Parts: sequence; structure tokens; C-alpha cells
Amino acid sequence: MKKKVYASLDEAVADIPDGAQIMVGGFGGAGFPNNLIQALARKGAKNITAVSNNCGTRDGELGIMFKNNQIKHVIAAFPGPHANHFLERFAAKEVTLELVPQGILCERIRAAAAGLQGFYTTVGVGTEVAAGKEERVLEGHRCILERPIHADYALIKAQTADELGNLTYRLAARNFNPVMAMAAKTTIAEVEEIVPTGAIHPEHVVTPAIFVHRIVQAKGLRYAG
Amino acid sequence: MRAEGIAKPRLTREQIAQRAALELPDGAYVNLGWGIPNLIAGHLPKGITVYFHSENGILGMGPRAKPGEEDFDQVDAMKVPVTLIPGASFFHQADAHLMTRGGHLDVAVLGGFQVSEKGDLANWNIPGAKGPGGIGGAMDIAAGAKILIVCMEHSTKDGAPKIVKRCTYPLTALECVDTIVTDLAVIDVKPEGLLLREVAPCWSAEEVQALTGAPLIVRRQIPEMSFA
Repeated sequence: MKKKVYASLDEAVADIPDGAQIMVGGFGGAGFPNNLIQALARKGAKNITAVSNNCGTRDGELGIMFKNNQIKHVIAAFPGPHANHFLERFAAKEVTLELVPQGILCERIRAAAAGLQGFYTTVGVGTEVAAGKEERVLEGHRCILERPIHADYALIKAQTADELGNLTYRLAARNFNPVMAMAAKTTIAEVEEIVPTGAIHPEHVVTPAIFVHRIVQAKGLRYAG
Repeated sequence: MRAEGIAKPRLTREQIAQRAALELPDGAYVNLGWGIPNLIAGHLPKGITVYFHSENGILGMGPRAKPGEEDFDQVDAMKVPVTLIPGASFFHQADAHLMTRGGHLDVAVLGGFQVSEKGDLANWNIPGAKGPGGIGGAMDIAAGAKILIVCMEHSTKDGAPKIVKRCTYPLTALECVDTIVTDLAVIDVKPEGLLLREVAPCWSAEEVQALTGAPLIVRRQIPEMSFA
């Protein structure tokens, strides 16, 4: 059986190519995989499409990737008031943005995970989010068609992994991580601790191991912004 | 319609929040948005328990954490560390928005830049703003709330009305607002139009109408707001 535990952050991201589409968990700094992102920044992968709620807090979170000009397109719900590196790249037209309502961002990711080709929603009807999308009336409501968001990689942050890849999260650091973990071709989790397989009670597993491909222990950066 | 001529005191942001807090029923599940709504948690009447929801995956938020007791894995939607009350729970973001969009919350309270006479809401971006703005959870919350209350100042800083016939700012959702609480009035959005329910102390229905960009329905003597 292929081992999922990687010895280093750099090894865990070593094969991420230029042009990859990458989901990145976290809500602001909570549950954000800062150590994996720093490793990706070191690797220097370019022309990345990032899918994440926010666009960084100064140099923290995705900030370092925008600072290095590694991201060409971002799909986000709330870039954020302290995403200065993103805002500079955006103003200079060096990065493009698709702004997505936050819950629809979750559901488009979940649709990809669930093998669904899309869904209809009332969210965004009559707003700029609806531009170019199919509209129809369902159950008496105007709805728009939303399509799944896929990813080559998901970089996520969890509290504890067992060696098989079962994950638990800490407090509200859970946020986008479990949903993104299910949607990517390759999910890489940075965790505070790794325990033997079976040490997490099956009732307490939040993300089942089937969704997790690589695990790396990282006790470095928690809140980089 | 400029406000400069009228020097009467308006409610403070805290007072708007205090009045809006009275709209929350005991035991309700409630989402509070950025700005004035975020102040409501500090104004719940004694004996009322409300389970505050945060779209990053918390139900049952208590007050903000005291300095020195913050845990940055336990933050609200504004990324401020918060406490929990007994009965609180954590869940992932998709379930958090399943709650907002699926009509599971009893009340949502959002800030607003403009509300139209049909209850359309614009609250996420200003035309000509620097940068792309941010939608966050506002569209999901506005589209799914069973009852949506908007708290905002009645006029812009330049004195223009924020309650208008048609929104000119980027829209959040169509026909979603049920009640508007401002520094001048409480107004319900009804199928027949904007129904004036209460006015701020010392303000008349006529004076509030003069600062409102859409007609108000005034069915009776309008009472002054009460705060308890």
C-alpha cells in the first residue's frame, strides 16, 4: 500500500506543475494551510488558478503567492480588505478574478466532489453573478445554473490525521477544508499531528481517508498574516 | 433631497442595533452581517437567548473573546475571535451555507447600501469603488433568509436616501428584505409598498418621508421607536 505520510512539505508539493488548478482551504487564517502554501511559493509554480475564500492577509495565506505573481486566476468569495498583494496584481491586470457567492462556491466544489454536472439556485438571480448563466423558473423561483469547480490539487489544513488519512479538525478551522478535500484529484493535508491508523475513533472522523492522498506534519506557521 | 437642513439628532449605530435586537425572538437561530448588525449581539434583552450563526461554521456564538483569551481557530465571519454558549456546534462551510440558503435560520440581519421599495438589497459593492469588492456570504444569506432585516443609516454621508425606488448599486438579491431598521425609522417591506412602522424619537412621518427615496405608506399615527 502506498504510504500517504510525506517527510517534508516540499516533497508533498513537489509535483504540482505550472498551470495547476488548486483549491486552498481556510477562512482568513483559520484553517488555512500556510505551510503548504509557503512550500508552493518556494517551489515557484506559476500560472496557478487558485480556488479559495479569500485572497490573503498581507504576506499571509495566499498573499505570498500573489506577491510572487504565481497566480493568474482566482475564484473567491471575498478577496478581503487586507489582500494588498492581490489588489495590486488585480489593478495591474496580472490576475483575473471570478467572484462567487460563498455558499455557491462551497456547492460548486461539492458538486465536483459528488459527480454532479451542476445545479440550479436562486442565489445571484438578477445580480452580476448571473451574467451569462442559463436562467429558468423551477418550483416557482427564478434560478440560474451553476457548474462544478474541479481541481487538480486541494491544499488543506486539519488538526489530526491518522496514517491512513482520516482527518479531524479544530474548532471553526474546519470551514472549507472538508469540502475541498473531497473535490480534488489529489488532496494534500498539513496537520498538527499524525497518529497511528485506528487511533481516531471512527465516529470522530470528519474527512474519511478515501479523500486524502498526502499527509504532512507541519507545526510551523499557523497565522501568517 | 439633502439632509443638511435637518439638524435633529438621529439614532447612533448602537441604538439602531438596540432597536433591531428587539426583532429577534427567544430561541431564534440568527445570522448577523458586517457593520451595524454585528453590534446587535451586545443588545439582546435580558432573558432572551439567541443562537448566533456564523457562515464559517459555528452555531451558538457568544460574545467576542476577551483579550488574552482569543483562539484564532474560533472566529466569526469578520475573523474576530469569539466565545461559544452552551449548545454550540461546529460544521463545515457548505453546511453553514446550507443553513443560510435552505431557509433553516429564523432571522438574518445584514447591513445595506441601498434597499428598494420592492425589497431589493444592494450591500456588497459601491459603483466606482477601488478593487473588485467582495460578496462573501451576503447573496446566500439574502436569498435564503426566512426573515431578512436590514440595518443601515437612512441617508448616505452625502445626504442621499438609501431607501430608493430602484437600487443603482450592484445588487445582492431581489425582493429579499422584510424589515428595514435605520437611524430614523422601522419600515416593513410589504407587497403594497414600504409600510412605516415606527419613527425615531422627535421625528415625524413627514420628515422621514422627506429623506426617503420611495413612497412610505402611513396608515395611522406612527409611534416612536421603543428600545425595550
